[in-house]
Amino acid sequence: MVLLSVRDDMAMRALGARLAGACLPGAIIYLVGELGAGKSTLARGFLRALGHEGSVRSPTYTLVEPYELPAGQIYHLDLYRLADPEELEFLGLRDWLTDNAILLVEWPQRGAGVLPAADVIVTIAYDGTARHVTVMAVSEKGRQIAVALAE
Amino acid sequence: MRILGIESSCDETGIAIYDSERGLEAHTLYSQIELHLEYGGVVPELASRDHVRKTVPLIKQLLAESGLTLADLDGIAYTAGPGLIGALLVGAGIGRSLAWSLGIPAVAVHHMEGHLLAPMLEAEAPAFPFVALLASGGHTMLVQVEGIGQYQLLGETVDDAAGEAFDKTAKLLGLGYPGGPAIAKIAEQGTPGRFRFPRPMTNRPGLEFSFSGLKTFAVNTLAESAGDDQSKADIALAFEVAVAETMAIKCRRALEQTGLKRLVLAGGVSANRRLRQRLAVLAAERGAKLYYPRAEFCTDNGAMIAYAGCARLMAGQSEGLVIQARARWPLEQLSAVT
Repeated sequence: MVLLSVRDDMAMRALGARLAGACLPGAIIYLVGELGAGKSTLARGFLRALGHEGSVRSPTYTLVEPYELPAGQIYHLDLYRLADPEELEFLGLRDWLTDNAILLVEWPQRGAGVLPAADVIVTIAYDGTARHVTVMAVSEKGRQIAVALAE
Repeated sequence: MRILGIESSCDETGIAIYDSERGLEAHTLYSQIELHLEYGGVVPELASRDHVRKTVPLIKQLLAESGLTLADLDGIAYTAGPGLIGALLVGAGIGRSLAWSLGIPAVAVHHMEGHLLAPMLEAEAPAFPFVALLASGGHTMLVQVEGIGQYQLLGETVDDAAGEAFDKTAKLLGLGYPGGPAIAKIAEQGTPGRFRFPRPMTNRPGLEFSFSGLKTFAVNTLAESAGDDQSKADIALAFEVAVAETMAIKCRRALEQTGLKRLVLAGGVSANRRLRQRLAVLAAERGAKLYYPRAEFCTDNGAMIAYAGCARLMAGQSEGLVIQARARWPLEQLSAVT
């Protein structure tokens, strides 16, 4: 488990970039935190670090934003508007679960039961305008990512 | 030419029938009707994106209610992108294969083209060219529309859409969904000038939008206030003013940059009264005219797809024998209809 204090937006993006550097193909990363905590900001830093150059649009309404990057296929999901985990089937979840695709999932709780288990769970908690971030490994792959992140 | 339109790019399943001579003949949204048993409306609470089980019964019911049959159709238009690939493939699969079975042409329609042409369904339709501000839960963009298929993206959001900012700020303030009306309601009790939200990306040139910062600003402002009802109303007002003002600044720039005198406001956010008023003032200042489609054609609907598809089919365009949908599809890639 890695504990971090994040001061502002820029630091959150930098953390996203660090996580991207430590990430492994096929990793499933849950991003947990309240509205406005900075989940999308972290995802933005993550995607930019892997070579995405355009804007990082919020997946809240589209539920998923796919990215084809040199590092591989990445799916940025936001399940906030999911009424039922089974809806993931209508969205094409099975097509995204390849060996190499990385999944960044905001509001994973809404997909419980259908969404595959995480390798890493990133939790962001409020502390005034700063944020406490916990990176927890929940699989062997997740452990390798956490170790690389801590270095 | 009578065209069936199918919209299934995201949450809504929308079906419509548009005739090039008679105009819009019928339109419906799954979420707004009771589907009768005889058309297959057996499952009361289908998930919002379960287009598979909604589309065919909806088509059957709309045709029956209009006194039409499949044989009366001359073409089928369906949304082929951008949107959720799983959702799009349902409309494309049904639309393309139904047209094939009927021996009539099919056409793949761009969802945003549908929105841009939605004001054409109104009696007082804008003439080309015009500037369109499309603001909804999923999109915020400014587009220069020279004609059908001739679009230039002037700017769009780099993060959250405006409607999304309304919904999330409403949630932060403990208000209901959808956020737009909820915020507008309590903002009426707000104290003007108590809080001032930033006008994102207005202090530098360009027509890009960014709304994710307003959400964070709302969180922090709420945390620093007493959190009472008056403070929430004051925050709601400051938020609403910031969105309307930001959009007015960008629309003014777009009108200046293009030299155009017609401004179209579309998308769900266009229902916001403060925004409409602010843009009406802007239009008046610039000697321009403001247009917006009726509320039901601002949000996702089948009518705009039937209309756009009809224009393309009349021009002789159609889709080959292939079922194709695209999650991403730049507006600029569309071919012009002349």
